[in-house]
Amino acid sequence: MAKMIGMIGTSHIPAIGRAVDQGLEETPYWVDFFEGYKPMRKFLQEEQPDIAVLFYNDHGLSMFLDKKPTYAIGCAPQYDNADEGWGVKVIPPLTGETELSWHIVNHLIENDFDPTVCQDIKVDHGATVPMSVLYPNHSYQGVKVIPIAINCERHPMPKPSRSYAFGKAIGDAIRSWDSDQKVVVLGTGGLSHQLDGERAGFLNTDFDQMCMDKLVTDPEFICQYSNDDLTRIAGAQGVEWAMWLAARGCFSGPVKEIERRLVAPISNTASGLQLLLPA
Amino acid sequence: MSDNQMPEGTYKFDGDMATLGYNLNKMCFTFNEEESREAFRQDEAGYCDKFGLNAVQKEAILKRDIITLLRNGGSIYYLAKFAGVLGLNVQDVGGIMTGQTTEEFQAYLDSQRVGKPNG
Repeated sequence: MAKMIGMIGTSHIPAIGRAVDQGLEETPYWVDFFEGYKPMRKFLQEEQPDIAVLFYNDHGLSMFLDKKPTYAIGCAPQYDNADEGWGVKVIPPLTGETELSWHIVNHLIENDFDPTVCQDIKVDHGATVPMSVLYPNHSYQGVKVIPIAINCERHPMPKPSRSYAFGKAIGDAIRSWDSDQKVVVLGTGGLSHQLDGERAGFLNTDFDQMCMDKLVTDPEFICQYSNDDLTRIAGAQGVEWAMWLAARGCFSGPVKEIERRLVAPISNTASGLQLLLPA
Repeated sequence: MSDNQMPEGTYKFDGDMATLGYNLNKMCFTFNEEESREAFRQDEAGYCDKFGLNAVQKEAILKRDIITLLRNGGSIYYLAKFAGVLGLNVQDVGGIMTGQTTEEFQAYLDSQRVGKPNG
């Protein structure tokens, strides 16, 4: 039985990748934010997870509107990054874990979730920024990654409650995998922000703090919100709470919060960082 | 459907909008590649025509009118790639959409500051 060691919630915006590229981590704008990664990096160094199950959303690198999955799971031996059009450096490939990927797919379909199965996808900043920032200097070669994408671009999007249930089913699958490997779960994106329209720049850090509280004690509380609710309360891209909910769903029992940080503004977002361990 | 109960200044990218904006978004999707970015820079209007943008979308591209692009089916994910071609970051785009300078838009973001004792 694979061991689920914990969940890390993290932003994934390109500006973070750029800040890492340009060595800006200690500058006044960024220092409070990157300080939050120190305990996350220490946790990963000490625990040495074998596998990272990474919930993200593709922003138009591999998954254009022509064929855009609602949920998609990577089942590839390797995931390349590529140019996304705005000058963030392409990072070395992530290594996949096909055996667990297929185990998750088999379990999901047997349990009435029907994701798109991807044997060859590129991953964008949604996946690469978290790996870059959690594993400095691209030191992620020792961890295998299973990217799981949730549509956060085009409505209709899966309901937050569905993404939480999806995460629960994935957690069940991981726990039923006959292996002694250690798995960390990454929920990425968010938190409150709105990139588009005259309402651009809207944040709601009170809501973010409340949801981070609830993620620890009562994640189902967050499932009451629809995507339209999240748009109103947390901005149009507040729907990225889906990935945090899916990640939290992977843990069946109580969790304890080890670290939390909410920093705003980071680029156009309120950026959350949270480390939760099984209690 | 679109804008149904949405806050003012919010454009819900749903099926109707995705249908309206498909060609526009498809064009901006090509900006993932430098070759396409360069082809656009060489002949912006011709590049729009190649992808079948309608007259409103084409004019909005040429004028960098992001709000009109959003109202005509543009997805912010692909418009961000358009902004990348122009060398604009998301604060620049925020300023354009809200009728402010980049500095004014940044000041609005900063007015919502939390957790930044050093910044």
